Amino acid sequence: MPESTNETVTFTLDGREVVAKKGEAIIAAAERAGTYIPRFCYHPRMEASGNCRMCLVEVEGPRGSTLMPSCFVAAGEGMNVCTNSDKVKKAQDGVLEFLLSNHPLDCPVCDKGGECPLQDQTLLHGPGETRFVEEKRHYEKPIALSELVLLDRERCIQCGRCTRFADEIAGEPLIDFAGRGDRVEVSTFPGEPFSSYYSGNTVQICPVGALTATPYRFAARPWDLDQVESTCTGCATGCRVAVQSSQGRVTRLLGVDTDTVNHGWLCDKGRFAFEGLNADGDDFELSDPRRRITSPMVRTNGELVAVSWSEAISRAASLLGETAPESVGAIGGASLTNEGAFAWTSLLKGVLGTDSVDAQLGDGLDPSLVLGLPRATINEAADACTLIVLSGDLREELPVLFLRLRAGAATKKASIIDLSNGSSCFDKVAAVRLPARPGDAPQVVAALTGDDEAMKVLARHPEGATFDADAIAKARHLVGSDGTGVVVVIGRSSLAEDAAFVEDAALALHQALPKATFLPALRRANVHGALDMGMSPGLAPGRVSMEDAASSLSALWTKKPTSTGRTTLEQLRAMDQGAQRVTVVLGADLGADVPDADLVQRALSSDAAIIAVAGNGSTTVAAAEVVLPAAISHERGGTTTNLEGRVSRLGQKVVAPGDAWEDWMMVTELAHELGTTLPFGSLDDVTNAIAVYAPSHHGLTTSLLASSQASDGVVVPLGTETLHERKAADPMAIPGLASADHIGLGAFTGSITSETPSESNQGASEVAFSQVRLPERRALNAVVPDGYALRLVSGRKLYDLGTAVSASPALAALAAPAVAKVNAYDLDRIGAHSGDRVRLRSQKGTMIIAVESDAHVARGTVAIDFNVGQAGETTNAVLALLDSSVAVVDVRMESLS
Amino acid sequence: MSYFTDGRQARAEQLIAIYPEQRSALIPLCHLVQEQDGYLSEEGMVAVAELCGVTPAEVRGTATFYDMLHTEPVGKYLVGVCTNIACLLAGGLELLEHAEGSLGVRVGATTEDGLFTLEETECLADCNIAPCVQVNHRYVRTTTPEQFDALVSELRDGGRASEIPSHGTLIRTRRDVDLAADPGLVAQERAARRAAVEGQS
Repeated sequence: MPESTNETVTFTLDGREVVAKKGEAIIAAAERAGTYIPRFCYHPRMEASGNCRMCLVEVEGPRGSTLMPSCFVAAGEGMNVCTNSDKVKKAQDGVLEFLLSNHPLDCPVCDKGGECPLQDQTLLHGPGETRFVEEKRHYEKPIALSELVLLDRERCIQCGRCTRFADEIAGEPLIDFAGRGDRVEVSTFPGEPFSSYYSGNTVQICPVGALTATPYRFAARPWDLDQVESTCTGCATGCRVAVQSSQGRVTRLLGVDTDTVNHGWLCDKGRFAFEGLNADGDDFELSDPRRRITSPMVRTNGELVAVSWSEAISRAASLLGETAPESVGAIGGASLTNEGAFAWTSLLKGVLGTDSVDAQLGDGLDPSLVLGLPRATINEAADACTLIVLSGDLREELPVLFLRLRAGAATKKASIIDLSNGSSCFDKVAAVRLPARPGDAPQVVAALTGDDEAMKVLARHPEGATFDADAIAKARHLVGSDGTGVVVVIGRSSLAEDAAFVEDAALALHQALPKATFLPALRRANVHGALDMGMSPGLAPGRVSMEDAASSLSALWTKKPTSTGRTTLEQLRAMDQGAQRVTVVLGADLGADVPDADLVQRALSSDAAIIAVAGNGSTTVAAAEVVLPAAISHERGGTTTNLEGRVSRLGQKVVAPGDAWEDWMMVTELAHELGTTLPFGSLDDVTNAIAVYAPSHHGLTTSLLASSQASDGVVVPLGTETLHERKAADPMAIPGLASADHIGLGAFTGSITSETPSESNQGASEVAFSQVRLPERRALNAVVPDGYALRLVSGRKLYDLGTAVSASPALAALAAPAVAKVNAYDLDRIGAHSGDRVRLRSQKGTMIIAVESDAHVARGTVAIDFNVGQAGETTNAVLALLDSSVAVVDVRMESLS
Repeated sequence: MSYFTDGRQARAEQLIAIYPEQRSALIPLCHLVQEQDGYLSEEGMVAVAELCGVTPAEVRGTATFYDMLHTEPVGKYLVGVCTNIACLLAGGLELLEHAEGSLGVRVGATTEDGLFTLEETECLADCNIAPCVQVNHRYVRTTTPEQFDALVSELRDGGRASEIPSHGTLIRTRRDVDLAADPGLVAQERAARRAAVEGQS
C-alpha cells in the first residue's frame, strides 16, 4: 500500500490506493494514476474554475457520498473517490444533455467536427439520443472578437477557458463573459477588440467550435490533416508545435505542451506566419517579401534570369573560388537550421578559409558573452526568485518566453527588476522599475549592485535619475549578495545604442553576482544555433574559439582561417570600400534588419558580388549576382537551438516550392564544385557530424534526438539537464492534436504515462571542453547627455515589416504605424500634444513623425520602434535617424503644429 | 478630467480606498455612475475600469450580470412588477400585462416619452403586499390595475418626487464619516458592529 509523506496524500480511487501531491486536484491525480475523468473547463495549465460540471465524481463524506467537481476538489488523505458509479454516469449524462440542449448540431459544417471534445465526450459519456425537440438558439454569426478570432455564440458552452486564458496566462482580460444564465456570451468591450499577441491560444483550447481563427476557418477538415511535430522558428524561444497540412499546404499550427518551453502556448505570429509559405511564387517583385524564390537565378546582362542548379552552383563556386579568402564573407544565418549553419561554416571557414562570417546583423550581442556567461534555462528563469530584465520588450521579441516569465511574477513567486526604458511588458507585474536611458545600463547596474557613486552619476542627468533611492534599495534587497536565485535576461533593448553598454552591464552583473545565471534574449530564430555552429568571427563550431577548435576538425576542414574576420557591419563597410568582393547573404534582409540604412545602401550598390540564399524576396535578393532558392520553415528537417541552448528537431511537413533546396545540399554541391568533398550524403550525416565536430554538441546524435526522452529537445552540452519522458498529451487540453495523424507524437490511448525521470539514456557524460572565454570589461566612455536633445530608443515590435509578418496576409494587416513616444514632460517642453507631428533630427538625418505621450518613457528620451513603417509605408522609418558608428543617437525634436 | 460630476469623484476615491483590492469597488462604482447618468454608458464603464485597474470588458462583464445595473438607457422611472410565486398567485402576471397595456410598451422596453421602463422582476421581498411593484427600487404598494394607473398618471404629473428619486439613486443619505482610507478604522468599526450584534443575541 502506498505511503503518504509530507508532500503527498493517499486516497482511494475506484477502490485502489492512489498517491497524490498535497493540494493536487482529484482530476489531475486520477489522470496520473491512469484514470481519465471527462472535462471541458479544466485545463492543466490554468486555475480550475469548476463551472462545466463534466468532471463530477462521487466523494464519500460524513453525510454520505456527494457529487463533487474533481477539478476543484483537492485529493485529501483517506478520501474515497468513485469515478464510475451509476450516480456519476447519470450526472455526466445529465450535464451533456444540458450542454447539448443549447448547442447546435451543425457538426458537419463546424471546423471542430472530428476533433471536438464535446463530440467525443458525448459519444463516450452522453445520453445517446436527444429529448430536445424545441427550436435551438440562433445568433448572428460569426462575431469578430479580433482580426484573427471569430466567435459563433450558439456553439459556446461557457467553459471560460478563453476568458481565463486571457486573464490568467496572457494578463490581458480583453474578453469576458457578458450576461447571465443561458444568455452568457464571450464578448469584448465595444471598440476594444481582443487584440492580444496570444489570441490564437483561445482558439486552440476552445473545447467546441465557438472560437475559430480566420486563417483556418473552413480551410480543412481534421481527418484530412496530416501532422508532424516540429519547433517554431519564428523567434528564439523554440516553442514545440504540431504542423498540420492538407493537400500539400500548411493549414494550421498547434502548440504542443512541453514542460520545458511553451506549456502548449504559441504567439499569433508563430501560429499564423505559415501563411507566408503558401504565398504564390511569381506574382510579386523580387524585392517583395511575399515573393517565394522558387528557382536558382544568375545575373545575366544586368537581369536576374532563372537558370538550372548546376549553372547557378558553378557561377557561385567560381565567384567564391576565384576570390582571396580575406575578400569573401557571409552575413546572416539565423534563419538556418543547425545543419544548414554547420554546413555553411564548414564551407566558408573550412573550405574557403574566410573567418568573415556573422549570423548577427549588427543588432545582436558579442557572441563570446552570449556563449561565455553561465546560462539559465527557461524553467530556471521562470522559477527564479529574482529576475533582472536587461533586454528589449520580451512580449515583442520573444512572446512565449514572456508568458513563462510573467507567470512567476503574476503569482508573486518571483520579483522582477525591470531596466527597460519605455512601456515594458512587465509594467503591471514588475517589483521594481529602474529605467536605464540609452548608455546608462552600466551605471544602473553599478547602482543596483551597491555602488552609491553610480547613483550620483545618474542623478547628474539634466532631467535627473529615472528612479529614486527607495527603488534602488528595494532592488538591492531583491538581488541579495551573491546572486543566488537570480536570473538575468540580457538582450538589445535598443538598436540606437551601442551593444557595448548592455554587454558591459552584463559583465558587471556577472562579476558582482557570480551565482546569477543568464538567459541571452537574442530573438532571431536560430541565431543561438548559428553561433553554436561558429557563425561569428573568431568562433569554431561547438562554442569554442578558433584557437581552441577541436583538432579533429582538420578531418573535415581543408583550410582554417588565419586571422579574425569581420562582423556584419565591418563586412558592409568592406564591401563599400572594395575590400570584400564576394558576400554570401544567408536568408537575411539587410535593408530591413541592419540598423544603418546608408551603409547597407552603399554596400548593396557597390561592385561586391552578392550570393543570396533565400526563401523569400528582399532588396538583397534583388541586388544579388546569384540567387539560390532555399527551403524554409516547415519545408525542411534538421534541428534548431533556442535561447537556452535547447536543440530540438524540426519536422518537414511540406515540400519546398519549385526547385528550392535545403542548405546542406547546396553547400555540398558548392564544395564539390570547389574541389572538396564534404561527407554529407544526407541530413542525418550533418547532424551526426555536428555531434562529432562541435564540442558543445558532443554525443547529440540523431538516435539520441529521436529517442522519446528527447521529444522536448535536449539542452547542450549534454548533462546540463535531466531528460524526461514527455507526459502523453491530454486530448481535451489541446483538441486537434490527438485527433490528427500521430506522427512524432504519442497517440492518446486513454492511459497516461508517469512523468518520473528515466535513469537510462542521460546521454553521453558531460564532455569537458574549453568553452568560449568571456570578453574583458572595457572602459566605456560615458556619453554626456545633451540637455536640448532627446536620446533615441529603438526597440522591436512583434508585428513589424519583417519577412514573416509581411508575407502573411493575416498578420501584415495588424502591423501598427510608427510613432515617436515621449514623456509628457518633454512633449510639454517643445509645446506639442499627443497626435501632433514633429520633426526629429539626428546627426544622420531627419524624419517627420506623429508623436504620442507615454508616461513610461523616461524624461530626456524618445522611443521609436525598429522596422516599423509610417502609416501606409513599408520602409523602416527609424532608419532615417540611426547611425551604427555612434554609441548613442541624440535627436532634436521640434513641433510642426 | 474626471468622468464624475458634483463631487462624485471624491466619493469614487473613497469607495476605492475602503477595499483592500481596488477592483473590489467595481460594483459600488457602477452604481455611482448610474446615480449620475441613470445607466452605465460605455464612457462610464471605461471610467470605472480605469479607477478599478481592470479592463472595460471586465466591467461590462460584471455590469451585464446584475439586473440592477443597466447598460442601456432606461426611463426616468424604472417600473418593476414581481411575478415570483407569491405575487404570481396574487395576480402579478395580470398586473404586468395590464402595465404593458397602460404604458403601451412590452416588458423590457421604454415609453416613447422616455419616462417609463417596464421590467418583470424576481422576488422583491415585500410579499405581504402582493403583487409587489417597485419604481426606481422603491416600494409603491400598488396592487391593483386601478392603483397602477393612478400611480402612472401621478408620476407623469411629476408627483412623489420626494419619495422616488431619479433612477440610479440607491440611497439619498450617505454615511460620509470615517470612510477615509483607513483600513484599520474600517476593521475596527466592523469588529464593533459584530460585537454589538453578538451582544444583542
